[in-house]
Parts: sequence; C-alpha cells; structure tokens
Amino acid sequence: MSADHNPTNRRAEIDQHIADGKFDRASSALRELWRREAGSATASFVSARLDQLRDKLSLAKFKLAILRSFTVEPILALLRAEAFAYGIDLEIHVGDFNTYVQDIVDAQSSLYRFAPDAVILAVRTEDVAPDLSRDFADQSPEATRQAADRVAYSYEQWVNSFRQNSQAALIIHALERPTPSSLGVLDSQSESGQSGLIRQINRELRRIASAQHGVYILDYDALVARHGSEHWHDERKWLMARLPIAADHLLHMAREWMRFLVPLTGRTAKCLVVDLDNTLWGGIIGEDGMTGIKLGAEYPGAAFQSLHRALLDLSRKGILLAICSKNNLDDAMEAIEKHPGMLVRAKDFAAMRINWGDKTQNLREIAEELNIGIDSLAFLDDNPFEREQVRAALAEITVIDISSNPLEYAAAVRDCPVFERLTLSAEDQQRTAMYGEQRQRAGAEQSFQTKEDFFRFLDQAADLEPVTDLTLARVAQLTQKTNQFNVTTRRYSEAQVAEMSRQRDWNIFSIRVRDRFGDHGLVGVAITRDEGEECEIDTFLLSCRVIGRTVETALLAYIAKSAAGRGRERLVGWFLPTKKNAPARDFYCQHGFVELQKNETGTLWMLDLKSSTLSAPDWIKLNVTKTAATR
Amino acid sequence: MSKFDEVRAVASDILGVSAVSLNVTSSPETIENWDSVQHLNLVLALEEKFNLQLSPEEIEQMKTLGDTAKLIESKLHTSSR
Repeated sequence: MSADHNPTNRRAEIDQHIADGKFDRASSALRELWRREAGSATASFVSARLDQLRDKLSLAKFKLAILRSFTVEPILALLRAEAFAYGIDLEIHVGDFNTYVQDIVDAQSSLYRFAPDAVILAVRTEDVAPDLSRDFADQSPEATRQAADRVAYSYEQWVNSFRQNSQAALIIHALERPTPSSLGVLDSQSESGQSGLIRQINRELRRIASAQHGVYILDYDALVARHGSEHWHDERKWLMARLPIAADHLLHMAREWMRFLVPLTGRTAKCLVVDLDNTLWGGIIGEDGMTGIKLGAEYPGAAFQSLHRALLDLSRKGILLAICSKNNLDDAMEAIEKHPGMLVRAKDFAAMRINWGDKTQNLREIAEELNIGIDSLAFLDDNPFEREQVRAALAEITVIDISSNPLEYAAAVRDCPVFERLTLSAEDQQRTAMYGEQRQRAGAEQSFQTKEDFFRFLDQAADLEPVTDLTLARVAQLTQKTNQFNVTTRRYSEAQVAEMSRQRDWNIFSIRVRDRFGDHGLVGVAITRDEGEECEIDTFLLSCRVIGRTVETALLAYIAKSAAGRGRERLVGWFLPTKKNAPARDFYCQHGFVELQKNETGTLWMLDLKSSTLSAPDWIKLNVTKTAATR
Repeated sequence: MSKFDEVRAVASDILGVSAVSLNVTSSPETIENWDSVQHLNLVLALEEKFNLQLSPEEIEQMKTLGDTAKLIESKLHTSSR
C-alpha cells in the first residue's frame, strides 16, 4: 500500500510498475486505485492502462456488443474498469445510433462479424415506442393498445432473428415508463394508460426472454427508481448529446450491466465467508456475551438481521455460506445456535473456521474443505485490516468493501455482482443441504477397510440420459463452472448446448447420482462427436463432489458402449491441462486409453473399442434412459 | 490543490496525457485527443467530481482548461453547497 495517498502518486506508481515489467503489481495497484477513486476520470486512466496490461495478465476475455438508441460512450470506460476489477478484459463494440434493427436482422452486419459473447440492447421507450411516450395523448386508446402490441411483436421478431444468427447472450433493457406521464394522475387509474401499456410490453418481454435460451431482461425502471428518476435523468445532456443519464449515475448503469456480465463470464463466487463479531452481530461475543451483542428486530440489531436475510437469499441461489472468525469456538457456537436474534444457524453454513489462527490460512482450508477454488470465495469482514491482509495474500478472493455502518452491510452483499445468477437449478436450491450430507459421507469414508467396501457401502445409483429441456440449464452451468475434473474445460452457453444437441453427430449425456446419504443431483456431463470411425469426447466433466467414487468410470463405460453400438471403432479424447484440472490428468490413462499424440496444448488419448474391456463398476446401479433428446 | 490543479488532474485522466503537459491555455486546438467525444467525457467527469451540473451555455464557455477552472470555481462559490 502506498504510504502517500496522493492520487498523482498512485498513478505514477502504477506507470512505474508497468515500465518495470511488474505487471501483477501494476494490476493490484490499479484495482486499488479503482476501489478508492471509482469515477469517470479514473475510469479513463484504468481503461488506458488496462490496454497496456491486458496481454500480460490472465484475465477472462469477453466480447460485448451494445446496440443502442442513445449515447453510451461515456459509460464504456467505467464498464471496462469495473470489469477489470472482477478479472474480466472487456472488448466492446458499439452499434451506430438506432441501427439496432438492421444490426440484428442482417446476418452480415458488423454485430455478427464482431462475434460477441453477449449483446446489450439498450433502447429508450421514446425511440422504440414514440406512440406510447411523446405522442401518447394524440391517439385513441385503441391506437395505443395496438402500438403496444406492435412493439412487443417487434421485440419478439428481433429476438428470434438474433437467435438465428448468434448463440450469444442477449440482455434487453426493459422499457422505462415515461415520467411524468402524459395525462398526470389520470394515467394510473387504468391499465391502458401509458404506464399500464409499458408494463404490458415489459411482461411480454419477459415472456419472450424466457422462451429462448440466454435472453435476459434488465429492469431499467427498477434501476432508475433506486436512484431516483429526477436525479438519474439529465434533460440537458439528453437534448445536447442524446445522453439520458446524469454524470454521477453513469457508474450505476455500468454496475447494473456488470450484474449480468459477471455471471455470464463465470467469475462468480460459490461461497461467501463471513466474520462474526461486528459483522453478523453488533459487538464482540467473547466480551459482550449473549445479552450484550446487538442482534434483533429493533435498531441497531435489525441491521444485522437484514444481513442475515441477505445471506439466506444467497443460499437460495445456491451460494454456500461459511464462517471465518477469531473467537472461542464455544462462545461463537452458543451465539449462533442459541441467540434468539440469529436468522442464520449452524446448518446454514457449509464450513466453519472459528479459531485464533490466521484468517488467510483458514480461508484456504475452507476452500479445500468445500472443494472449490480460492477464486470462488467472497469475504465479508467489518475489519478493514483483515480485509487488506486477505486481499494482499489472496488476490483471487472477492473481498467485499463495506463502510463502518452496519445499516449498509446487507446492500453491499446484495449489490455484489459475483453473487448474481442468471439461472437457478434444483441443485442450486439444495446445495447447502447437500454439503451437510457430504460432511456425513466424508465421516463414513474413513472407517472402511478397502475402497471397494466403501463404494459398495455408498449404495450409489446413477441416472444416465441424453440432455433434455429440463436438464439443459444445469448441463450448461456445469460446463461453465467445473474446473477440476474437466478434461477440456470448454465453456458452453445454454443456447450452444441446445444447438449441439440438435445435431446428429453430437451426443450430450448427463449423469445424476444418488447414494446412501442423499441425492447429489446432476453431477456429470459428457459431450461426444462422431466422425468417421471415431467418437471424440469433446467434454467430460464431473462435479468435484463425486470425484473418486467411480462415477466417472460408469459414465465413460457407457459412452464407450454407445459409441461401439453406433459402429464406431475408436473412442478418442484430448486432455488439455489447465491450472486446475490436475485431478483429471490420469483419467484416460487409468481407464486403458493409450496416448496417441502430445503437443503444447495437451495429450490425445485413444481407446480401441473392439478390444476394450472397459465396463461400469457393479457397485453402481445404472439406470439408462435411451430416448432421443426431447427437443 | 488549487481548482486548476484538480481540473487538470481530471483532464489528464480523460485526455490520456500527463498533467505536466497541460496548462491554462490547453484547448481542443492544442491537444490532439481533445475531440467532441472527449469534450463530453470531460464535462461529465467534472460534473461528477465537483458535484455540479453544467448548462450547454457554460459548456460552450469551456474553451481552454483555464476557462474551465474559472467556471468551476465560480459555480462552486455561488452554489449553496
């Protein structure tokens, strides 16, 4: 940390680090600069330095296109700086003013040539529905109803057209209600007033979005309402430069976009680790005792209960919770289990490290216990020194910045984009319970003589089936999130998986596993492609929760059997090494594959299907659904 | 830091040039990067930093960095902040 907090010195330091080739230090200094001075001027500086650093750092590259009816250029540097703070290198293409329809329907447009990963469609009500904004009062109710239907219909056409040309994610700004409304208070008295019709269009937009894969709605009115429409809107800039957003809200627009971009890039957190004293309750349990800590329905304890509710909402999205606190275990557990103001209890936490040891080490252990990467952790602690220390030691963790005001904690958690999710599966909703079951299982494993005894004891049953409408979201999600047992680490969106499943030579299988302790859900995916005599494994992955239980053998044996059944002679697959997938490195070798080829990207393995003796282990009850994918 | 120094720091970030290369006479005519897009970015960055709103007429008056600093200074004095 720089001893001199002069902003000029921070910038000079960053440039010095870059000149010295110390790119990681430049990167963390740049992030710190952004944390301290986020704003338009700083964003320009950050964006310019990012251009110098992007090839020297391992950032997630992401291509974003913005189609628009208004000026967005002043928001771009802010967006790039925010994205950089989350480890994302954004390349942005902006369409011309109001050419969004041409850009979408023309398969040769610059939009498609750019090959975006995601597209934002940001169109103002005034531009796409002048009949319902400026010209509303001039028209008959019938005409305005028809106008509303036309607008919704147009969006549907555009979305379908887009999907035909691209599998990228599409984020659509919902229409904003004109304020003030044309007819004043009269407008709110019926559903066919201006607001009513805009609401109707937005309902249709949600329906259109949910009928497709990878199409999402950004609730623009909610965003504006949060900041206050009068402050958000800058009439002078709108008339001068077609920029409808005031200077001090440009960053908020960028942050709202980030709430979609972060989950789309997979840079999300799988677990939030929280401190206890002055974070989950007011005061210090070891000193203030059960009756002294502030936690309850009244101020100031109510602020902490709001935070508990925010944590529970994270749980419902499949995000795990953990505790890391410097405390006596007994004191802490008594408060957690017995204090009447606690809305979260021990069962809501998948891991705990309550001791007097170093937090950095505890965080590493939590990640290991939960079998997730350190970069999947987020950390919430009221103490700025603890936060700084963790940030310095574990650069990959998302450390949530909070003020010293507990009233702001819940919002800080809710606003953090690493907790956003664009889909929710049954597994997500039960994840915490499954981790509880997992701890029981881990206990059981230790007491067995041989691994085989343990596998038999587990009493596993697996359902193997081709991907369906119901499993599509989970299958895509697994390709995006699974890092360890993943031979090729190819990331696919729902739309891409859907597209592959429609092709004859591609087969996509999922495996769902239950055992004595509970239902793991859908935990494995295999994607194969037939070509000539070979069946190539494009993707083979297993959730880390079921590694080492021979589930992978069952899935692989099934792939081999079905490839042979289709007349293929060889089963081939690449292993592409990454920093995280060492657990899968020996997978093919252990199953009797031979090495065919090795180069700097990885190793190609082959199994001769005619002579192979690969078979599913008999301690897993296999249930295979052969019906063709129901698409 | 004087108002001019603060304005210069913002302009340095926005225009992507070092602060030392900027002075009171710096303008779109003397700074290559300072086009109409950057002018808008500069206006917005100043509004955000100094928590004020510039009218189209005031933006017209911002012909040099010196003019800009004087404008900001007068607005901050006359406002009730």
